Amino acid sequence: MAIKDYIRERFFPHIWCPGCGHGTVMNSLLRALESLGMSRNEIVMVSGIGCSSRISGYVDFHTLHTIHGRALAFATGVKLSRPELNLIVPMGDGDALAIGGNHFIHAARRNIDITAIVMNNRIYGMTGGQFSPLSGYGTMATTAPYSNIDHAFDTVELAIAAGATFVARSTSYHVKQLSKILRDAILHEGFSVVEVLSQCPTYFGRKNRAGSAVDMMEQYKNDTTPIGSKAKKENPDLIERGIFVQKEMPEYCREYDKIIEKAMKGN
Amino acid sequence: MKENIKFIQGNEACVEGALYAGLEFFAGYPITPSTEIAELMSYRLPQKGCRFIQMEDEIASMSAIIGASLTGHKVMTATSGPGFSLMQEALGYAVMAEIPCVIVNVQRGGPSTGIPTHVSQGDVNQARWGTHGDHAIVTLTASNHQDVFAMTVEGFNIAETYRTPVILLFDEVIGHMRERLVVPEEGEIPLVERLRTSVSEGVDYHPYLPREDGRLPMSDFGGVHRYNVTGLFHDMWGFPSDNPQVVHDLLRHLVDKINNNVNQITNFKSYYLDDAESVLISYGSSARSALHVVELLRPRGERIGLLELQTLWPFPDQLVRRTCEHAKHVIVVEMNMGQILQEVRRVVDQPRKVFLANRIDGVFITPRDIRNIMRLVQGKGV
Ligand SMILES: Cc1ncc(C[n+]2csc(CCOP(=O)(O)OP(=O)(O)O)c2C)c(N)n1
Ligand code: SF4
Ligand SMILES: [Mg+2]
Repeated sequence: MAIKDYIRERFFPHIWCPGCGHGTVMNSLLRALESLGMSRNEIVMVSGIGCSSRISGYVDFHTLHTIHGRALAFATGVKLSRPELNLIVPMGDGDALAIGGNHFIHAARRNIDITAIVMNNRIYGMTGGQFSPLSGYGTMATTAPYSNIDHAFDTVELAIAAGATFVARSTSYHVKQLSKILRDAILHEGFSVVEVLSQCPTYFGRKNRAGSAVDMMEQYKNDTTPIGSKAKKENPDLIERGIFVQKEMPEYCREYDKIIEKAMKGN
Repeated sequence: MKENIKFIQGNEACVEGALYAGLEFFAGYPITPSTEIAELMSYRLPQKGCRFIQMEDEIASMSAIIGASLTGHKVMTATSGPGFSLMQEALGYAVMAEIPCVIVNVQRGGPSTGIPTHVSQGDVNQARWGTHGDHAIVTLTASNHQDVFAMTVEGFNIAETYRTPVILLFDEVIGHMRERLVVPEEGEIPLVERLRTSVSEGVDYHPYLPREDGRLPMSDFGGVHRYNVTGLFHDMWGFPSDNPQVVHDLLRHLVDKINNNVNQITNFKSYYLDDAESVLISYGSSARSALHVVELLRPRGERIGLLELQTLWPFPDQLVRRTCEHAKHVIVVEMNMGQILQEVRRVVDQPRKVFLANRIDGVFITPRDIRNIMRLVQGKGV
């Protein structure tokens, strides 16, 4: 199936600003799905609220555009009630880790088979440039006019600590790697988290004098490095890209099937 | 004892009703005085091959049941005041996206953590207006276990018929009291199943285009029709829209589909109302004490009757107006500061003849409490 068959052309043009990284993430995701040859009827995309979450409107799957921060909770209901479906949940950094932080850690803890994509632009894009839990100390935002004193989460470390069984990171610059990682994440049986650094030139870029979208992507190229690279040892400030965790653990819906078996035997 | 006769708590009667109605998915978070519902669900649902999940909070519980409803299942959650407060945003989503689901609120005293193990009926208006924005909502209640069962089944039927969330507003006394329940035979109470679209694969399906009768056939997530569901105002494909006509028409549809069917949605019981000069209006556990008063005073020749409301929202304006038409006085019996009283006063011709008999101290209202107020109203002194 061609990429364009995964898209709802009827609903274009999209709402994203020129240069926004979110469209690139969508593209990489669709390529991953195409390479897997997945049927559109087997895919459910659940998203929250934010620029990132608007992805769900543009793709031709079963799509559930929910409320801010709760996408994983909605997705849990979809998945557990129909475990044969493939759940993909794109979220913004605020969506996933501020208002939705609780759902994020608990979905990870359960190891329910959902692919969570955190589109990290280090800002609240949709509401116009307030700082997010991933903005980081010293950044500027419309609600941090004197500079931000909130420290950032490390999404990867948080996901690992919470029990996610697949954890990876890439960027909107490294589209080939991103597609490959998303593919592996979707194939993985269990809770997978893919953090994608995705530029918001309109707010994060402007507020932090990060330049144009191209400049910001250039920065992703320069500021990141493959996991365990020599460059990382020499410069610990580099952000690692790649798959950090990929392990087999009992998946939640399968575990529940065993509960059903037990309960039915007792009857 | 026959197997279909049980001596159980109201919370258990609610579970029995839900299972009878065909419940397939439950998500919840423990809270007194509703916890027994979640506990029993975790035990019973997997026996039927169905699923229970304890979520991380009530926001997640409400969200999860919406997701599960979209895959074609009958779904429910249960909570009490604080949890019901947390559910409000997702409840509004279910209104907007027209998701059939049932939410039980076994009321305790509020505001805040309030008085967890004691009775109250303080969430009547929260059920009506807890979530933001103009909307219609359905709320049912019951005063005994047989009716808890029946209203739970009715709740599922209404949820499916009108594609709407339905709130079952019980209270601590009903939830925890033990009483007899006769579980009806299969087929004794008709069940409404999900209305699914007959549009075939490859043909454009419009998930949000109402049929002529106002109903919207659904298509299960995972099926052959792929569509968008959103809490934003949306067009017939479910795609976000800010077109004024689309916005106006959708809001009207959401409100009208409930309000135009008040008569079908209204459930009530009437006792000795034909010639009643004193009309009591009550609901939930309070109606037990109200009925007691009526049955005590009738043999003494007092022309007194009771209207027991089982559908609180949409409020049955006409039923209440007609019932009160010839009454000398109307006494609303409830355990809050007059939430249904306000509604009754709104709809009757002479609001001044409507009085309140209430308790707000966490103690169950007794027949004596009601009679004391009645004496005052009738000018007899206490
Ligand atoms: C309960 C609630 N609170 C606040 C908002 C307003 N709001 C919408 S999107 C958003 C943040 C978006 O940021 P992020 O999740 O990082 O996504 P982005 O737009 O950056 O892709 C906020 C605060 C809301 N819709 N709902
Ligand atoms: S505001 Fe930022 S995140 Fe939102 S669409 Fe524009 S560039 Fe993208
Ligand atoms: Mg963001």
